[in-house]
Amino acid sequence: MSEPIIYELSAPGRKGATLPALDVPEAPLPDQALLRDDLPLPEVSEVDVVRHFVRLSQLNYGVDLSMYPLGSCTMKYNPKMNEDAARLTGFSQVHPYQPTETVQGCLELMYRLQEALKALSGFSAVSLQPAAGAHGELTGVLTIRAYHVSRGDTQRDLMLIPDSAHGTNPASTSMSGMTMVELRSDERGNVSLDDLRAHLSDRVAGMMLTNPNTLGLFDEHLLEIARLVHEAGGLMYGDGANMNALLGIAKPAQLGFDVMHFNLHKTFSTPHGGGGPGSGPVGANPELAEFLPGPLVVRDEAEGTFQLAMPEHSIGRVKSFYGQFAVMVRAYAYIRLLGAAGLREVSEMAVLNANYLQSILKEVLPLPHDRPCMHEFVLSGQIEGAPDIRALDISKRLIDYGVHPPTNYFPLIVPEALMIEPTETESKESLDYFAQALTQIVAEAQTQPGLLHDAPHTAPVRRLDEVRAARNLVLRWQPTPKA
Amino acid sequence: MAYVPHTPADVDAMLTRIGVSSLAELFATVPAEVRFPPIDLPGPQSELETLQELQALAERNIDVTHTPWFLGAGAYQHWVPSVVNHILLRSEFYTAYTPYQPEISQGTLQAIFEYQSLICDLTGMEVSNASHYDGATALAEAVIMAQSAARGARRRVVMSGAVHPEYRATVRTYTQGMALEIVGEDDPQRPLADLATLVDDQTSCLIVQSPDFFGRIADLRGLADIVHAHKALFIVVVDPISLGLFQAPGALGADLVVGEGQSLGSALSFGGPYLGFLATRQELVRRMAGRLVGETIDTDGKRGFVLTLSTREQHIRREKATSNICSNEGLNALAAAVYLSTLGKSGLRQVAELCYHRAHYAAQAIAALPGYEVALTAPFFDEFVVTCPRPVADINAALWHDHGIIGGYDLGQPFPGMERQMLVCVTEMNHRPQIDRFVAALQEVAR
Amino acid sequence: MATNVCPSCLYTTSHEWVRIEGDRAYAGITDYAQQQLSDIVYVELPEVGATFAKGDNFAVVESVKAASDCYLGLSGKIVAVNEALESHPELVNTDPYGEGWFVCFTITNPSEIDSLMSPEEYAEFAAKAEEEGNH
Repeated sequence: MSEPIIYELSAPGRKGATLPALDVPEAPLPDQALLRDDLPLPEVSEVDVVRHFVRLSQLNYGVDLSMYPLGSCTMKYNPKMNEDAARLTGFSQVHPYQPTETVQGCLELMYRLQEALKALSGFSAVSLQPAAGAHGELTGVLTIRAYHVSRGDTQRDLMLIPDSAHGTNPASTSMSGMTMVELRSDERGNVSLDDLRAHLSDRVAGMMLTNPNTLGLFDEHLLEIARLVHEAGGLMYGDGANMNALLGIAKPAQLGFDVMHFNLHKTFSTPHGGGGPGSGPVGANPELAEFLPGPLVVRDEAEGTFQLAMPEHSIGRVKSFYGQFAVMVRAYAYIRLLGAAGLREVSEMAVLNANYLQSILKEVLPLPHDRPCMHEFVLSGQIEGAPDIRALDISKRLIDYGVHPPTNYFPLIVPEALMIEPTETESKESLDYFAQALTQIVAEAQTQPGLLHDAPHTAPVRRLDEVRAARNLVLRWQPTPKA
Repeated sequence: MAYVPHTPADVDAMLTRIGVSSLAELFATVPAEVRFPPIDLPGPQSELETLQELQALAERNIDVTHTPWFLGAGAYQHWVPSVVNHILLRSEFYTAYTPYQPEISQGTLQAIFEYQSLICDLTGMEVSNASHYDGATALAEAVIMAQSAARGARRRVVMSGAVHPEYRATVRTYTQGMALEIVGEDDPQRPLADLATLVDDQTSCLIVQSPDFFGRIADLRGLADIVHAHKALFIVVVDPISLGLFQAPGALGADLVVGEGQSLGSALSFGGPYLGFLATRQELVRRMAGRLVGETIDTDGKRGFVLTLSTREQHIRREKATSNICSNEGLNALAAAVYLSTLGKSGLRQVAELCYHRAHYAAQAIAALPGYEVALTAPFFDEFVVTCPRPVADINAALWHDHGIIGGYDLGQPFPGMERQMLVCVTEMNHRPQIDRFVAALQEVAR
Repeated sequence: MATNVCPSCLYTTSHEWVRIEGDRAYAGITDYAQQQLSDIVYVELPEVGATFAKGDNFAVVESVKAASDCYLGLSGKIVAVNEALESHPELVNTDPYGEGWFVCFTITNPSEIDSLMSPEEYAEFAAKAEEEGNH
C-alpha cells in the first residue's frame, strides 16, 4: 500500500505541537486586510508525523544500507561522529551576526578548514562561502571574469569546456554572461589537443576542466593543456568534483589550475541529504585571490583572534552569511581525524577499488577507454545478443540485487554509459558482490531479457511513468473536489 | 583506518588482479614532477580526540541556548520540535543522493512533494521547487527567471532598498555579467507606491520584502496591478513564520515568492545550511530553476513520485538551462516539511501570534524608556527598529559584558548613518521575564 | 523503424518540414525527428507576430530526457501557432505532418524555397541518418 500524503492523514482539530500560553497582553492586530483568513496546513498528531516520515524513510536507499556506486557523486560512508559534532550546541545554536568575540570557535574552525584545503590543493586562498559545487563554479567563473575585466581584457568572453563535462559547467558559464565553446575528446578520453589549439584566441577567458575527467581518466596532456591556455592569456578552472582521486596524489595548483571548487559533500564525506546541502569552497592562486567572494576568515596575528574580511576586489557575496557552516564542521572533523596520511590513503584506496572493479567488469561489458582509471570508470551498457537491453534496464535490475545503480547516460560521449564510482569505503567483498551481480544480469539479459525490462521487481514501486508526470503536471497535493 | 575496510591481504589480491605491483603504479599518468607532494597537515588522530577538539572549539562560542537573545535580521531563533531532528537523523534520508532512481527514492521524492505542497499553501502560490541554497540565492534566481520570462529583452530591475542587504548584494553578484540596471535601492525608507513608479516597459521585475529588513509589514495591495500593467513580474521576499498570521503574497498578485526557510526547522548553525524557497505561478513553471517533483503512477497503476521537467535543468539543457543549480538543500526542505506538518494549521498560527504579541510588548516597553524611541505606527511582525541614546555598538557591548544579553542588530553596519538604530527581534523563544530583563538592561546601559 | 515522409512538404537538414500554401506556410518536425525524441511532453512555441530568419531557432520540443531546438526552414512572420499542442503534445508523435503542426507563417523571402529538400531527397537523407544512428 502507498504511504498517504501528509495532508491525507489530516483531521480537523488534531494537533502535533504544544506551545507556551501567551504571557504578555495581546496587542491589537493590524488592518484585517493585511491578515490571512485561512492557513490550509495539515492537522496531524506528533505520532502521525513520526510514523509517516519514518515509513517514508523506509522507501529510500542510502549509503548506510549498502554500496552506492553512483559515478561522479562519491557516495562514500558518512562518519557518525561528524553528525554529533555538527549538532554541538556551540555550533548549531550560534547566530551569524553575533559579535565576533562570541564566535571565535566557529571562526577558528573555518580558518583551519581554509588552511587545510589550501594545504591539500596548493592554492593560496580559499573562500568557504559557495554552497555547492555548481555554486562554486559560478563563483570561479565570475572570479575569472573579474580578473580579466580588472586588466582591461574585456573582450575575453569565451569559456572552453570539453564534451565530457558536467552540465553545470556550461550552465555556470552562461549565468556569468560568457559563452561556452565545446571541445572534443580524443580516442583515449583526453581533451583533443588539436581541437583546443584550434579554439585558442584572445577572446578565451579560460577553460573549465574536470580532472580526472568524467570518464575517470587523468588527462595525459594536462600540463600541456594548462600551458597552452595560459599562453593564450586564459585561466584554468578546475571542477573539483573528482578530487577524491587526488588527495595527497597531486595538488591542483601544481597541475596548472588557477581556481577550483571543492565538493565537501563528495570528497570530504559530508552526507548528501537526498540532494543537499552540499558545500563548494573555492580555492584560487595569488592573482585571483583578491576577487574571491567573502567574507573570508582572517587571523589577527597580533591579537591571536579571528575576524571576517572581504577580499579587496571581491566579486561580492554569493549568498547570505558565510557558507554552509554545519557542513564545514563535518568536513573539518573528517580531515582532522584522517590527517595527511589518511587522506592519501582515501585516494589510493578509491583508485584501487575502481581499478579492481574495472579489471573484472571489462570482461563483462564493453569498456570504451581501456586504460588504468582513477576513482571511477565508464562502461557501455550494450550487451551482445541482447539488442533491446539498455543501460537503464541493467540499472533497474541491479536494484533487485540490493545495489544502487551507477550513473546512467553520463558522460554523454559514451553510448549507454554506466559510470561506476565505488569509493574507498567499500570492502573487497562488497566489490565482488557488485561484480557478480552485474555478471549475472548480463547473463540474464541474454536468456531472460524480460527480467531486465520489467525490473525492478523488489522495490517499493515498479517503474514509474515519467511521460505522464511531465505531460500532466501534478506538482502539489490538492484536496479532491467534492462531488 | 576506520573508514577503509581493506586488509593488507585484500590490497595485495586486488593489485594482483589489476596486474600492477604497487599502489603507486596506479598513478603513473599523474606527472612525476608533481606526484605525491608533501601535505602540510597535522597527523591523524582518534575519533575521541577529534570530538574533544571540536567540543573545545564549540565551547568557545556563545550559543543561544544559554543567553537571552534579541538578534534576527535574516536568521531566526525559533522552537524546533524534537521530532524534526529525529527524522533528519534517519540515515535512509540523510545518506541518500539526489533521487535519480525513483523506485528506491520514494521517501525523498514524496517528502519533497509534500514540501512543495506545504510551501504552496503557505505562500498562496501554485508551484514550488525543491529548494535553493538560501533566501538570498532564491531571490537571485527569481530575478534571473524574470529576465528569462522577458526573453532577455528587459534590462531594468526595480528593487526596494528595504530588502535584506545581503540578498541585494547576492543579486548583484549573480547578475554582474548580465548588464542589468538595478534601481530603487538608494533609499530604504522610500514608500512602495513611490518605488513602483520606477517600473516601466523595460522593467523585468519589482522586488519588495515583507516584513521588510526593518521588520515592517508592507502593504502590497495595488502593487501587482502596476507591475502587471508593464508586463513585468512581482517578486515578494517573505518570512515564512509571518505567514502564519499575515496575508499570503499569492493572494496579493505576487508572481514569485521567495524567502529564507531556516525558521522552518533548521538550526541557526552560524549561517548555514539554510533553505531558500521559491514559489511561482503555474504558467512560469518552465522558466523555474531547480528540481521539481511530480506525481505519477508505476506500471501497476500505483501512485509514485519522480523528478520532472528535468529538461529545464543543467544536466540536460547545459548552456541553455534555466540555472546551473544541481545540489539543493534537500535535508533542510525535509526539516521544513516535518516542521510544518508538526505545527500544522493551529501551531504555526500560534507561533506567529506569540512572536507578534511578545514583540509588541517589548516594543512598547522599550518605547517607554527614557532616551529610546520606537516607531510604533507602521505594522510590524517580530522585529522593530529602536533608536538608541548611544551608538548601538556601545549599547550591545555593554549589554553583553555587563548583562550577559545579546542585543539586536546594529543597523549602522549596512546603513551608514544608522549607527544609533537597533533592529530588535523577539520570537516565541523570548518569554516575558527575559523581555523584562532586556528592557531593564537597556535602561541601565542608556548612559 | 520506417520513417514517413509527407509528399506535400519540403524539408530541412535538421528534420523540420515546411508545407507551402500560397504566401503562407506551415512548419513542424518530421516523423523521423519525433521517433528520435520518443514521447514528446512539451512544445515551446513562439509568440504570434514574431519574425524569424531562415534557420532561426523558433521552437523547442521536449521529451522526458531531452530538449531539442527547432529551426525554421524559411524566413517568415508567425501568424498562428498550434494551441492544441499545449494540452496534447503527443499529437507531434501521432500525426507529425498533420495535427502535430507547430506554426503557420507568412513567407518573407520566397527565393529561399529552392534551398529546401524535396520529399524524395529527404526520404533518402532520413534513411541515411537512421542507418548511422544504428551504428
